[in-house]
Amino acid sequence: MSIEITGVSKSFGPVAALKDVSLSIAEGKIYGLLGRNGAGKSTLLNIITNRLFADSGTVLIDGEPAAENDRALGKVYLMSEKHLYPEGMKVANVLKWSRHFYPDFDMDFALTLAEKFGLNLNKKVKALSTGYSSILKIIVSLSVNVPYVLLDEPVLGLDANHRDMFYKILVERYSLRPATYVISTHLIEEVAGIIEDVIIIKEGEIIRQESCEGLIAQGYTVSGNRTVVDQFIADKNVIGSDDLGGLKSAYILGTLDRGAVPADLEITRLDLQKLFIQLTA
Amino acid sequence: MLINTEDQRPIFIQIAEGIEDAILTGAYPEESQIPSTTEISIRYNINPATALKGVNILVDSGIMYKKRGVGMFVMAGAREKLQQKRRNQFFENYIVKLIAEAERLGISPREIIMMIERGYER
Repeated sequence: MSIEITGVSKSFGPVAALKDVSLSIAEGKIYGLLGRNGAGKSTLLNIITNRLFADSGTVLIDGEPAAENDRALGKVYLMSEKHLYPEGMKVANVLKWSRHFYPDFDMDFALTLAEKFGLNLNKKVKALSTGYSSILKIIVSLSVNVPYVLLDEPVLGLDANHRDMFYKILVERYSLRPATYVISTHLIEEVAGIIEDVIIIKEGEIIRQESCEGLIAQGYTVSGNRTVVDQFIADKNVIGSDDLGGLKSAYILGTLDRGAVPADLEITRLDLQKLFIQLTA
Repeated sequence: MLINTEDQRPIFIQIAEGIEDAILTGAYPEESQIPSTTEISIRYNINPATALKGVNILVDSGIMYKKRGVGMFVMAGAREKLQQKRRNQFFENYIVKLIAEAERLGISPREIIMMIERGYER
């Protein structure tokens, strides 16, 4: 059981948004879909859910083509930036209609979440602030009970407390009812501990897909006196560096031979955000 | 227990060491049940698979054991075992680093010993 994306390309006029993207999204894992603005994250998620049509390539959901296939698409929920609800609709009715579209929708859970977040059920969708608009979409996403939930910028406009609540509820929900979650976000540090696999997209191409822990373990940071650092990194795969006067930190991909490190150099781990910044610069 | 994604150690190692610390301080007494991996992952916003990986290190090294359908428990004798392990690491983790810093600052071995004595007198 998986979503298999094979050779998907998509252009908007002269702009190639996705270039021959192939990707496998397995069942029951939390993925981080990371990319800079305009890298093609939303385009990819919209193609998976048939909201946009690929110029070429295929998307299979549990072995079935996704395009124009209600049964396959019923297994996937996309929380996107845009609201698809009529603006005059009340929050309570959004939840009610979600149950019509997703037979396994958990209304009790949705109402519990609405109370936890303080979402007013009688408000109209258009009257919600950016934060509460995200909260409504989060609540629907976590209540639909489908095997694949794609979250495009889920915490947009949420304050720190609500973001923390969301991460905790997501982890709890995932523990009790494992499903696949693909989280596209710019707040990398906040999700670094939650995501199991990372997908990094750059200018329409997938440049990395692997376990988060595995990716981080592939590199290290070396810091110290600039001359000594420069000597040490001369024959290494340097993905970036920061200078501060005579001090230098260099980010290296590759395995470290601890014995070969000069005593006055400090070796530290790469963190996901730094690695991401260097890989997508 | 504090979990930091920018820490030097992988998160699952931090989980294992955090539980070890709690056993050493007596917060998790021997034969008592520790929080479930679900509780740990919610508390620290981490993936349940990572929490499980951390807990499994302790199961493999005989610090904890699983009771099927009930949960995870601290093994009898775990505290002493951990004390022994931490004693073995004490030289690497503290003394080697202490000497390296002392050398950078030009502190003599004799001065270090005097400082240690002063530390005990406080």
